[in-house]
Amino acid sequence: MPAPLTLFDKLWRSHVVTERDDGLALLWIDRHFVHEGSHHAFGQIAARGAKVARPDLTFGVADHYVPTRGRGLPIPDASVARMVDQLSANTAAHGITLFGLDDARQGIVHVTGTEQGLTLPGLTVVCGDSHTSTHGAFGAYAFGIGASEVAHVLATQTLWQKKPKRMRVGVDGMIGLGITAKDIMLTVIATIGADGAAGHAIEFAGSAIRGLSMEGRMTLCNMSIEAGGRCGMVAPDETTFAYLAGRPFAPAGDVWTAAIDDWRRLPTDADAAFDREVALDGADIAPTVTWGISPEQALPITASVPDPAGMADAVKAAATRDALDYMALAPGQKLDTIAVDRVFIGSCTNSRIEDLRAAAGVLAGKRAKVPGLVSPGSSLVKQQAEQEGLARIFTEAGLEWVESGCSMCVGMNGDMVAPGERCASTTNRNFKGRQGPGARTHLMSPAMVAAAAVTGHLTDVRRFS
Amino acid sequence: MRPFTTETAAMLKLPVANVDTDQLIPARFMKEPRKPEGYGRFLLHDLIAEADMPKPEAGQTILVARRNFGCGSSREAAVYALADFGFRAVIAPGFGDIFASNCVKNGVVPATVSEADAEALLAAGNLPVTIDLEAQRIACGNIVVDFTIDPVWRTQLLKGWDDIDLTLAEADGIAAFLAQDAAGRPWAAPRR
Ligand code: SF4
Repeated sequence: MPAPLTLFDKLWRSHVVTERDDGLALLWIDRHFVHEGSHHAFGQIAARGAKVARPDLTFGVADHYVPTRGRGLPIPDASVARMVDQLSANTAAHGITLFGLDDARQGIVHVTGTEQGLTLPGLTVVCGDSHTSTHGAFGAYAFGIGASEVAHVLATQTLWQKKPKRMRVGVDGMIGLGITAKDIMLTVIATIGADGAAGHAIEFAGSAIRGLSMEGRMTLCNMSIEAGGRCGMVAPDETTFAYLAGRPFAPAGDVWTAAIDDWRRLPTDADAAFDREVALDGADIAPTVTWGISPEQALPITASVPDPAGMADAVKAAATRDALDYMALAPGQKLDTIAVDRVFIGSCTNSRIEDLRAAAGVLAGKRAKVPGLVSPGSSLVKQQAEQEGLARIFTEAGLEWVESGCSMCVGMNGDMVAPGERCASTTNRNFKGRQGPGARTHLMSPAMVAAAAVTGHLTDVRRFS
Repeated sequence: MRPFTTETAAMLKLPVANVDTDQLIPARFMKEPRKPEGYGRFLLHDLIAEADMPKPEAGQTILVARRNFGCGSSREAAVYALADFGFRAVIAPGFGDIFASNCVKNGVVPATVSEADAEALLAAGNLPVTIDLEAQRIACGNIVVDFTIDPVWRTQLLKGWDDIDLTLAEADGIAAFLAQDAAGRPWAAPRR
């Protein structure tokens, strides 16, 4: 009998072209997404006179710099316009399909790529963006790469990689009402630390994970990188197949049937060994928010801001002091008394239709006490949310409903949180200055952001259900 | 990339262990557009500001230092700064992993020597040093020492190949993989 393999082992094995004595393997890459930031790599291959090896497996998306207002009008900021135009020029020159600003399918690369059926179980997926881990939700090996690696994939459709170790994060048990994938993931990161999965490929497993929708699984895998993981993945199952069926670029007909047969063989074999195992009880997970400047600085909303004075670990105490100082919080303060200045619903973590429905469910018929922005993950999500009446709920609550892009997740397009302002946000990084210089970010689920909008402070969303 | 066979030049001697990439180029100089040219003037900026530290001089293209050279953050700019200044080889009893592989990507030889040999070179007079990549040998006056380097990196540097060239040399292997893959995974291609 062949040795039992993990999902990751199977993905790795099916993509090795050749292996070197130093442990590096040359992997075949099935999908490569490029965005405005990929221009360095296009420059590198132009400098050597190379062509894009497989334009048919390369897809461009305009997202990081795109304006979220005034679509269709010329972009006012010249440097932003240059970034967007350069992507159009580079993709056109190499015959790469582009979901550009004028395309109805435009959106954040990790939302558009998956929604179009480009990401499938059993594939390798790369992009010059760390949150490429999102695509692992389909049972793909998906990871972010650096500029030189983007150039390498463009020129060869392959990549030299060292095999990571395997780690299983199991979440079993019934998760409570109002608890989402975001709460699960923030709890995982708080438990294992922001570098807890360093050097590992994470597989999320267990009954609580099986019960998640594809949207939820994408939120989970999206933030694998925030736990230090090389990638995150969930084994494909009926939920995966149902999501993919009929998507524009997904296989159809006989090929679809053959695909499902193969995909059913991908899940980790019984008795396959992992280098590390972490187990969480789903019943223990509460709505979770971050209070600090690293995603690991997260606690249940029912808790209080930690006190560095009581910490045995001096390094942790110093980090806590630094975080409290930046976030302007006092030790012992109840988390649900922290007042916010604005809210943001968007980013590749939480901007899909299910996320917008959850936020709208809390906001329906209410007014937000603070201003805020809602940027759907893709232009198609935007369209659907408008058809479902969600957009009206947001605007009637007083929030601004804008076009799709990375927007206030990173502020490259000018959507920023003002210095010193506190923002309840559905994004993935609460680093110092991430949403703008001096901005203070609290990460949480879309429903929790909506609850903060309605009350003006961090709030346990279970009050609303 | 320019192939490397042998290089004879003046040597910069840095009798320091654990020179990290932030010492090679402080983070505050990296806000400039990510072009390799122009980083050289920031090389070792803060370290050489200290008293009794040797300053890099024009004509020096080989650097010798103590253990764990290039540890710390993975920033490739550390190697850009070295290469842009003119350095073609670094000699030490061990390197930061990512730094060493970044060296090779930029045509710089990371030559690993024993602690004793590094000390001998650091103590050598002001003579030109010759580094022979083919023979894996360093000579400076009457000091002759061997060095080690990953064989794949050695080939790359000797031929002046970057990673892309190295991969293109695997064309047959890639073609064989694809032939087999197309039959095994007909669903992997995007539907058109
Ligand atoms: S939404 Fe944020 S995290 Fe996602 S790709 Fe854009 S900038 Fe990166």
